[in-house]
Amino acid sequence: MANVDYKELKKGGFMKQVDKDRFSLRLRIVGGQIKAEQLAKVNEIAEKYGAGYVHLTSRQSIEIPFIKLQDIDAVKKELAQAGLQPGACGPRVRTITACQGSAICPSGLINTTELAEEFDERYYARELPHKFKLGITGCRNNCLKAEENDLGVKGGMKPAWAEDKCIYCGLCQAVCPAKVIEVKKQEKELAFNEKDCIYCGKCVKVCPTSAWEGKSGFILYFGGLFGNRISIGRQLLPILFSKEDLHKVIEATLAFFEEHGKPGERFGNTLDRVGWDLLKNRLVELLEAV
Amino acid sequence: MSNFKADGFVDITDVVCPMTFVKAKVAIEELEEGQILEIKMNEGEPILNVPRSFKEEGHKVLDVVNNEDGTFTVFVEKGKEG
Repeated sequence: MANVDYKELKKGGFMKQVDKDRFSLRLRIVGGQIKAEQLAKVNEIAEKYGAGYVHLTSRQSIEIPFIKLQDIDAVKKELAQAGLQPGACGPRVRTITACQGSAICPSGLINTTELAEEFDERYYARELPHKFKLGITGCRNNCLKAEENDLGVKGGMKPAWAEDKCIYCGLCQAVCPAKVIEVKKQEKELAFNEKDCIYCGKCVKVCPTSAWEGKSGFILYFGGLFGNRISIGRQLLPILFSKEDLHKVIEATLAFFEEHGKPGERFGNTLDRVGWDLLKNRLVELLEAV
Repeated sequence: MSNFKADGFVDITDVVCPMTFVKAKVAIEELEEGQILEIKMNEGEPILNVPRSFKEEGHKVLDVVNNEDGTFTVFVEKGKEG
């Protein structure tokens, strides 16, 4: 048997199994979605080259276990026919995870699917000092757990009240988790303490007359870890409203990790070592420079 | 207290999601367009989702009364049949 470059195989999504010369093949999945015809190809490969089953990974990918070393090239070719690729492992940007977002979910505040595709295109498999997880959740319900990613994005919404449309029903006050809305029905008055608003968008979603209008945005969490060490990602910046700013911040964050991270050091640990303010100040400067 | 007078009433405090909206929806189907349904529901998930679902189905929330006991009473006007 020829010398096997396991590192190269792992980089290309083939994870060495405990069984000799068998690999679990990880797929490149974006935002937890796969086309039905691609799924049919996965099914075919699992039956033909694997052990007749797949494993759904903890981060929305699919792995096909029990691929034989000698079948790797054939499997890659078959995947390519269906527009599928092996996924990324090792010290690089990993599978971009996302909830279904505003395109499907009534609670969603941002189009997570579209954003996941953009992230995949721009950042996927980029080489870094250690693995780097990007995840996108559509709202504060946080089904996708933004804070456990190295960089997590959470949809937010900044509300604005239009007096002429309001019927003072009081529903927004009833649903506001931050208790920043007060409706006086008899007086036909509404007080909104915008300073303490948490951008959950619930007032906008429930308002029967669309008297609350919302501007969608992105709330970012940095340095989350949920493996050997557990640490919740921190919000370092105010909500961002433009995708341009969002991508600028992500690029700068990846560059920061590249510059300051030691090989094999997760981003959260790098930030603990060099100081969170170093990143925060750089990002704040970057955004102010616009 | 509310200034609105209801044509029907349903208490959904005894069920949980997704039965909350199902029970409320069955009740509003008994009414005619323009009539008002009074719904008693719990705080938390029901107050967040049931009025929103009514809005999505073309009905209109008119008033919300906080009963100060962990429940709300919501008045919904029946919209046009989808």
